[in-house]
This record gives sequence, structure tokens and C-alpha cells, in this order.
Amino acid sequence: MNKLVKKFYYGDYGDKENAASLPPDALAAANGNSWPLWEVFIRSKQGLDHKHAGSLHAADAQMAIENARDVYTRRQEGISLWVVESKYIHASNPAEAGSLYDPANDKVYRHPTFYDLPNELKHM
Amino acid sequence: MDPEKIFQDKIDNDTRIEPKDWMPDKYRQTLIRQISQHAHSEIVGMLPEGDWISRAPTLKRKATLIAKVQDEAGHGLYLYSAAETLGISRDEMIDQLHSGKAKYSSIFNYPSLTWADMGAIGWLVDGAAIINQVPICRCSHGPYARAMIRICKEESFHQRQGFEILLTLSQGTAEQKAMCQDAINRWWWPSIMMFGPNDDASPNSAQSMRWKIKRFSNDELRQRFIDMCAEQVKILNMTLPDPDLRWNETKQQYDFGPIDWEEFKNVINGNGPCNKERMAARIKAHEEGAWVRDAAIAYAAKEKQRNKKPLPFSINLNR
Repeated sequence: MNKLVKKFYYGDYGDKENAASLPPDALAAANGNSWPLWEVFIRSKQGLDHKHAGSLHAADAQMAIENARDVYTRRQEGISLWVVESKYIHASNPAEAGSLYDPANDKVYRHPTFYDLPNELKHM
Repeated sequence: MDPEKIFQDKIDNDTRIEPKDWMPDKYRQTLIRQISQHAHSEIVGMLPEGDWISRAPTLKRKATLIAKVQDEAGHGLYLYSAAETLGISRDEMIDQLHSGKAKYSSIFNYPSLTWADMGAIGWLVDGAAIINQVPICRCSHGPYARAMIRICKEESFHQRQGFEILLTLSQGTAEQKAMCQDAINRWWWPSIMMFGPNDDASPNSAQSMRWKIKRFSNDELRQRFIDMCAEQVKILNMTLPDPDLRWNETKQQYDFGPIDWEEFKNVINGNGPCNKERMAARIKAHEEGAWVRDAAIAYAAKEKQRNKKPLPFSINLNR
């Protein structure tokens, strides 16, 4: 089973080389001659952000877009696609989530409800 | 703090586990096994229906069937991607399927003999799959749960189109009615086996429940399915092939006859009517597609090379 657990995860392929503690060449060899992994982002309609939808394998960007259309937008899920090779995505470390996002918690004065104002004050 | 404790606390609080989070190896392995089996089932599941694309009775039915089979390819791909986040490569999964190391749902080892089978597969096989899959939308593993949500949204059309095929046949000629009943008779028992062994014969269930990979037991889900189908079959004016099937007023559910688990084991272990044929078809498709995959890689590498712009201030070191 250890052989299977190479620990490359999508969304953090950029860090994958470290996570797998293998040199990039060895990793490429382990992956064989398979098509690289791409992350797919879909804009569901004009005016909204592109949102992560999933991943797929493709030989190049054009094929990734074509495959993304077939795999992720068979039912009008989107009007625009982004694809990016997964290895270019870097992610924050969940183990550091506490220290990374915590400081915002004790700065309640950043929120409008922190300020006590008379009820007569309108339109604010 | 003990990582296993942090992990279990997250699960107990219904916090999803994401790819970079720490997880016990056993959790990872269980999910790899389950998700890859699930993916393989979607891929092999295309075969019994693919047989009928060229023989669909109308253009509408043909278009529907193509769309359904295409969905199944898509479902397989969502699931393979989810499994890959756990650290197994696509190639390894495909190898495991082809070598027989990884299993797929035993239901796809039965043949699709008549057009009515397309109806029965949609109604019963996809129906059972939906009952199994809806709770997995709340599975503790984020990527698997997200893939499942996508799949369940698409799966409901599969079941409805299947029931519609049977409904049409059930209102047709005597021959069509008989064909409809025959398909139900053949697919009923394998369908209720899709929920897996009885709870007391399913040793890994308890751990999967504790990890919230599984939300309901095999028997609970099977009962839910039988109760639904026993009512739905009345609309078709057909019967389910179980002489012991009757409403139990005290339990407020249907009682049903014993399941032939010997048959189930046999089919899982490779002795079903179509096991060899299905695997041969998959391996053939994979091997005959190899040159396409290689050509795409070679083309991409060539294009990359061609588009490499020379550096603006290049120095010829050979001079």
C-alpha cells in the first residue's frame, strides 16, 4: 500500500515535490508517461467569478479546455473555462490555518456592527 | 495533540477532510479502494448500455442513451480525480482494474439481452445507485462528497428515462409487456445485491460509519430501495420476482425473500455471465488507445519546443 501513497494532492501540486520527498525527475518517472493533471475553473455566468470545479488529465492546454467542456459543462454549467496545470498551484498549509487566519478574529472593530450609534441615525 | 484525535474530532463535528489535511493511512486506503471501485463501476457500466446504442428503437431513445453513457464516462472521471487527491495515480487505478485487483459493481457482469433491459437498468440499477450515492454527498472526505453531488444531480435523469422506457413497454403489445416483465425479473435480484452483504456480514461498515464515509448501513439502504420499488412497480402493472414480498403493517415496511449471496460471491469473484467479456473490452479499449495517448504527449512536447522563443540577449558560447 505504501507504494500507492505518493502523497500528491490536487490543489497543491506546486508543493508536491516536497510532499513526496522525491526529486522532480524521479516523480515524473513514477508518474510514467501519463498526461499531466489540470485544475478546471468555471464561470457559471457573466459577472460571476470562476470557481474551481475539479481536475482532469490532458496533454496540453487546448486539450484540457476541450476535455473540461466535455467533462464539466455538459449541462450549461458555465460560459467560460480556465484551466491551469495543477503543479502551478500553491496552497496554504491547513496545519497553519489557526495562526494564519486567527488574528482577524480579535479585530472586531473591522466590522460595522462594532460601532454603537443612536437608532435615530438613518441611512447608515 | 494526537493527530488521530484531531482528525476524529473534525469528523464528529462534520468538518470535511480535505486533501492536504492529515488523515489516518487506513482512512486513506479505505477511500482509495471505495472511490476507485466506484469509478471503475461507472466506466464498466458503460458497456451493457453501449451495446444498445446502435439498436435503440428511435432517434430520441438513441440520443438519450448516448447522453447517459457519456454521463457515466464523466462520473468515472470525477471519481478518478477524487481518488487521485488521495495519492494514487490514474495509471495505477487502471492497472488495478485490468489486473483484477480492484473490483467494480457486480451488477455490470450481467448481460443486457433486450431493449427492455435499458429500462430496467435505468429504473433499478441507477435507482439503487442513487439510494447508495445520495448519503455519500455528505461523506467526510471533501473531494468524494463534491464528486457525488455532481453525480447525483445528473443521475436522476438516468432513472427517470429508464422508468419511462418500461412505462412505454408496459402499455404496448403483449409481447412488449412480456419483455418488460422479463427484464424486471432478471435485474431485480442483482439490483438489491448492489447494497452489499447483510450488515452482520459486513465487517468494515462500523469503521466506515465512524469515519462518516458511510452514513447508513447496507440493510437500511436496501430496505429503503425495496419499499420504493414495491410501490413504483404497481404503476407499471408489473410484479417484482419475489413471492415473499409483502407489506408488513407492524414494521411499516416490506418483507422480502432471502437473497442468494452465493450468486453474489460468484459474480464478484469473476464467475458472472459477463466478467471476462467486460474486462476484455476494457483492456482492448485501453491498449488500442495507447497510440493516441502517446501521440498527444509527443505533439504537446513538440508544440512546446516550437513555441520556445529565443532569449532577447542570447550569447553564443560556442564562438
